[in-house]
Amino acid sequence: MEFFQRKRRNILPGFGLSMGYTVFYLSAIVIVPLSMIFFNTIPMGWEPFLHAVTAPRVLASYRLSFSTALFAAVFDAIVGLLTAWVLVRYRFPGKQFLDALVDLPFALPTAVAGICFATLYSPVGWLGQTLIKYNIEIINSPTGIVVALIFIGFPFVVRTIQPVLEEVEHEIEEAAQCLGATRWQTFRKILLPHLFPALLTGSTLAFARGIGEYGSVIFIAGNLPMKTEIAPLMIMSKLDQFDYAGASAVALVLLLISFSMLLLLNAVQEWQQKEYR
Amino acid sequence: MGIELQNITKKFTGYTALDNISLNVASGELVALLGPSGCGKTTLLRIIAGLELPDSGKIILENKDTTNLPPRKKNVGFVFQHYALFRRLTVFENVAFGLKVLPFRERPSRSAIQDRVEHLLKLVQMDWAIKRYPSQLSGGQRQRVALARALAVNPKVLLLDEPFSALDAKVRQELRRWLRKLHDEIHVTSIFVTHDQEEALELADRIVVINKGRIEQQGTPQEVYDHPVNAFVYNFLGNVNVFHGRIKNGKVSLGAYHLDAPDELKNTEEKPSQTFVRPHEIGISRIRSNETDLAGTIREVRIMGGQIGLNLSCEGFEHAIDAEIPRELYLNLQLAKGEKVFVSLNRVRVFTGDYEI
Amino acid sequence: MPKTQTLEIAPIFHKRLSDPLPVQIVLIGLTLLFFVGFIFLPLALVFAQAFSKGWEYYLESIREPYALEAVKLTLTTVAIVVPLNAFFGVTAAWAITKFNFRGKATLKTLLDLPFAVSPVIAGLIFVLLVGSRTPFGSWLGEQGIKIIFSTPGIVIATLFVTFPFVARELIPLMEAQGRDEEEAALTLGAKGWQIFGKITLPNIRWGLLYGMILCSARSIGEFGAVSVVSGHIRGQTNTIPLHVEILYSEYNFAASFAVASILVFLALLTVGVKVTLEKQFQKNSFHH
Repeated sequence: MEFFQRKRRNILPGFGLSMGYTVFYLSAIVIVPLSMIFFNTIPMGWEPFLHAVTAPRVLASYRLSFSTALFAAVFDAIVGLLTAWVLVRYRFPGKQFLDALVDLPFALPTAVAGICFATLYSPVGWLGQTLIKYNIEIINSPTGIVVALIFIGFPFVVRTIQPVLEEVEHEIEEAAQCLGATRWQTFRKILLPHLFPALLTGSTLAFARGIGEYGSVIFIAGNLPMKTEIAPLMIMSKLDQFDYAGASAVALVLLLISFSMLLLLNAVQEWQQKEYR
Repeated sequence: MGIELQNITKKFTGYTALDNISLNVASGELVALLGPSGCGKTTLLRIIAGLELPDSGKIILENKDTTNLPPRKKNVGFVFQHYALFRRLTVFENVAFGLKVLPFRERPSRSAIQDRVEHLLKLVQMDWAIKRYPSQLSGGQRQRVALARALAVNPKVLLLDEPFSALDAKVRQELRRWLRKLHDEIHVTSIFVTHDQEEALELADRIVVINKGRIEQQGTPQEVYDHPVNAFVYNFLGNVNVFHGRIKNGKVSLGAYHLDAPDELKNTEEKPSQTFVRPHEIGISRIRSNETDLAGTIREVRIMGGQIGLNLSCEGFEHAIDAEIPRELYLNLQLAKGEKVFVSLNRVRVFTGDYEI
Repeated sequence: MPKTQTLEIAPIFHKRLSDPLPVQIVLIGLTLLFFVGFIFLPLALVFAQAFSKGWEYYLESIREPYALEAVKLTLTTVAIVVPLNAFFGVTAAWAITKFNFRGKATLKTLLDLPFAVSPVIAGLIFVLLVGSRTPFGSWLGEQGIKIIFSTPGIVIATLFVTFPFVARELIPLMEAQGRDEEEAALTLGAKGWQIFGKITLPNIRWGLLYGMILCSARSIGEFGAVSVVSGHIRGQTNTIPLHVEILYSEYNFAASFAVASILVFLALLTVGVKVTLEKQFQKNSFHH
């Protein structure tokens, strides 16, 4: 009887089945494969691990991935906020068209984005041939990586800010203006703090994506050792040499960075929700 | 007996939603579960329907123990607060749903289903909307369809969870009368949950007042309204003046003012008491008709439609008093702010204990 | 659309709150500038390059056997990956949104895990799991089963990368819809599969479709993960994006962009379908 009751704690049917399958599939496709990183790193021992992840070339790649992703995320925050603002607040012909195209970087295969930017900024490309006259080199430089990452991260920021901006009550702004605030003051003191959590979320997502991005970057980066080699490429080249342990070590550090970014983001969001309840 | 609940207890993490509730509902009766939000009344309804399981206790529907039956075998009709109509199905398909999911052997023929749905929609006056989708209907119309849907399976009991609370005041009143009429026609054993005392008083054969997971009082609307057993019930069933004072030697003292304690409290030791008077049970007149009348001044007049609200302060009485009088009387006495009047406290109820408002 | 190009700015004022017209023009201008540099120019470039050697060459590039093999492999992958992940997405969303249990938040976070993993790492983990140099992989090899550097490897890496798409679309949708309708069906006597088939599935169909489209788009376009496990064998383990890469690295730009133009076309289609589906959502969501 007790067993029967326990079984019926959930009134809608199918809990055991759906939960069981969810856990099984999650383990098979995600958890077990991901755990291989740890199982391949642990036998290395501490010294070789440190040696692998602090090799100058590896360190340079971390630094590059980190800094380019950061630059791109900051740029995306600004452009994303601008785009979301224009799309939500203004009316102009072709707006829906622009709105739809925001998602293009999501939908476009990264390799295609990669060859596009590499060709655009090559010394004979549409933009590259002009820029080279001013001695601005985009291709084979960290700037090129930033350009590719801006493209990849852009929709994350717009799509997280847009719904929040749409839901801002007009009354809040009207109240501020009735109290004598100028339009700029209203934006800075009322709207911006309101949008900040979404802005932070969006750019963190863009940042996290940027750290791991591969396809769109390798074509434009030129992949020069110590200069334009991103961290995922380091993993790739270690794999090509069948250095599985080394590849896992580099991957482990990259994973830990990404996960802690997302955990931090979760914590910030939870804190925000509590604060404004 | 239509519904028998025996010692139902339900705990959620951190609090007890239902504490040993027992309740009987006769066949064909229409009972209101009345209480403030969070008192456990909806949980009780969901337990009867099988949508929640009690930690202990029994649910007997028409003399059959259904405590451990899954909801689909209970044969209850449930009407949800927010209608819960199937949004992708037409009104017809919504009402027919319960018949169409029956096992093949028990399922009525297509034409029988058609007839039954049409009959039910006529009953709830929604036959004109048979081909519409829920999103094309107003709240009141949706709730009628939801009711027809619940009735389609010939339920042994009908359970309504705050059925009118999502509707406008006007529609709510209309639907309330209509539901009473419908119940008089079809006589299905029904329980509805509400936090609106007017709704319960107007609609129910019997009211069960629930507070903090316990039954405070049950009885006909008349009994519960006229003879509330405790301060909570008195307070919950309408507007009240509450005067805090002390009871001593068979007298209730409210500052300098004293009144006789009710018989059952005549001999208690000295303790704090609360005195309750409903605003419409306060007499207002220009002449003193009784020694105990208070001399007061009108501080404020509120025009509330048919009734006029007065806020009074009286000599030797430390509390402000709210009174309600008919508009007629107000005009006859030519009352206005600042006027002097005599106030009589009719039908006073005194409770002791630490009940707080 | 000549009107869009000359950009007649005709803001319709929310009288109370609209920004001054010059501000609007400047901000819209800046946004357009960004779109031109980062969206329109790359799109135009793809087609300009693809047709730089003429129609004939374009058609030949996308019809040559290796290109067709790549298309076939990609479609095979999509045909396996999308149904599997869609089925999982529906199951997981049902478990998460229709029941209360401890650890729900953790489970939701775990579902998103693949989003936080670099595509290259997504490929790496399967090499570590079933690559020919691992114990399990070499055992499989002895049984004559090859996963890495062949189609199954491409499929599982893609499964991993597109794992959360459907579940992520469905969970917020089903959370918003609540359990009322399912509970109502339950009190009316419906069995589990009847509730799911007649009530839940119709309610989530657009979200499910959208999730599957996102899943397909990513499956078609995935590069990093597939690149690790594929081995780049022409005509055998080359997907469309890998084929694009090989042509590009051989300096055969026209052919590379010709094949890429198929992918661009599919991406634009995805975006278009998204807009259409969102309109469907809006049409159906004035329920409460």
